[in-house]
Amino acid sequence: MSEGRWQVGVDHGACIGSGICAGTAPAYFRIDAGKSYPVAELIDSDEVVLDAADSCPMEAILVKDASSGAVLAPEA
Amino acid sequence: MTTVDQQPRTYPFAESERLDIDPRYAELREHEPLARVRLPYGGDAWLATRHEDVRLVLGDPRFSRAATVGRDVPRLTPSLSRDSSILSMDPPEHSRLRRLVAKAFTARRVEQLRPRAQQVVDGLLDDLVAQGSPADLVEGLALPLPITMICELLGVPTEDRDRFRAWSDTVLALTAFSPEEIEVAIAELNGYLAGLIQQRREEPTDDLLGALVLARDEDDRLSEDELVGLGVTLLVAGHETTANQIGNFVYALLTHPGPLAALRADPQALPTAIEELLRFTPLGSSAGFPRIAMEDVEVGGVLVRAGEAVLVHAVSANRDERVFEHAADLDLVRAHNPHIAFGHGVHHCLGAPLARMELQVAVGTLLDRFPRLDFAVPADEVPWKRGRLVRGLRALPVTW
Repeated sequence: MSEGRWQVGVDHGACIGSGICAGTAPAYFRIDAGKSYPVAELIDSDEVVLDAADSCPMEAILVKDASSGAVLAPEA
Repeated sequence: MTTVDQQPRTYPFAESERLDIDPRYAELREHEPLARVRLPYGGDAWLATRHEDVRLVLGDPRFSRAATVGRDVPRLTPSLSRDSSILSMDPPEHSRLRRLVAKAFTARRVEQLRPRAQQVVDGLLDDLVAQGSPADLVEGLALPLPITMICELLGVPTEDRDRFRAWSDTVLALTAFSPEEIEVAIAELNGYLAGLIQQRREEPTDDLLGALVLARDEDDRLSEDELVGLGVTLLVAGHETTANQIGNFVYALLTHPGPLAALRADPQALPTAIEELLRFTPLGSSAGFPRIAMEDVEVGGVLVRAGEAVLVHAVSANRDERVFEHAADLDLVRAHNPHIAFGHGVHHCLGAPLARMELQVAVGTLLDRFPRLDFAVPADEVPWKRGRLVRGLRALPVTW
């Protein structure tokens, strides 16, 4: 797994506000008016964010390594 | 803050007929959104009925499912909840299991199964046509579609369906079967899944059950109990709910001829119509799985103390006038529809994309093939199951 800084984004065209991410990783996602928002777009690496992204039924959460740009989640 | 000094209400309320919703939920939403209720087992709990409060309890990690495991908490059925079920886990244990299966149920993956679902529905309706009108849509469509889909996805032999259907029906009983009968059915289901898992150890397969066996044996990502429990949950939840809702949806449509005629005239509106049917059709007979507050939390103006149990009724939340205009009406073109038929938070239905797709294909194709679909008996003589956690028809006799 990639260490260091990660970039987190939510695609609001895909997000259905299921609340899975905010329940899985409450420090990193919040639900507002039926859509999920990352609490911060740049974070220190934390596996729980990958749990949240890989559990999203819409694959609406994109997690990338901030320096290399490599996609860490969702899994292909 | 409101002080609640009333005696707890006895809950669940008496079983409602057909797709009716007990009028007490509307009263509670208006006057006592967090109500004190006395359950058949384990004592008193809170019951949330408003959309906002139900979402809060489902989405907030301060409310725990894991804290109910093995404890005599307020609940609907005699048995205590089990630790190996994904339905009674909190993060991070829940996240570990969910992540193992989530990929198989994403909207994108499920979309790839749509042609297969269409093929299954086409075949089933061909059989009905060959057999001739009238026919039973429960046996002819509602049950075989979701069973075929989840069996193929998991890797469960479809020819075993009569066995696991009976177990599955028993497991979801509220009062329809005795606690002993339910225990036996759970043991049979566990044994059946354990057998399929053993087969995969001897001969690996590329289905979901095969992938889970590898995740256990090669990567140690779940325990043996969790593996069996997950298989059982996927098999039961993967067909019972959708099967019941296909019948319930058709019943709702046939008893609302105006909206049905409008939908027939505009088939493009089908996905929107399915969302409205999800909102409108009360699948759960009552509030279900209890949660325990891990700290003091204010819900709907009432302070829930740490350690107290809270139940939520999504069916009531989906009829909340604060969120849905004319909430009691079936409006198949409803534009704003943030229903929580699939729940909310970490336990948001894993199979939601699959259920959605199956419902769209089943209802859409049925309306398309049978322009004059109607009940074969008077609507109030259609037989309903009783004493179950979820509502559904025993049979749906139709003509076309």
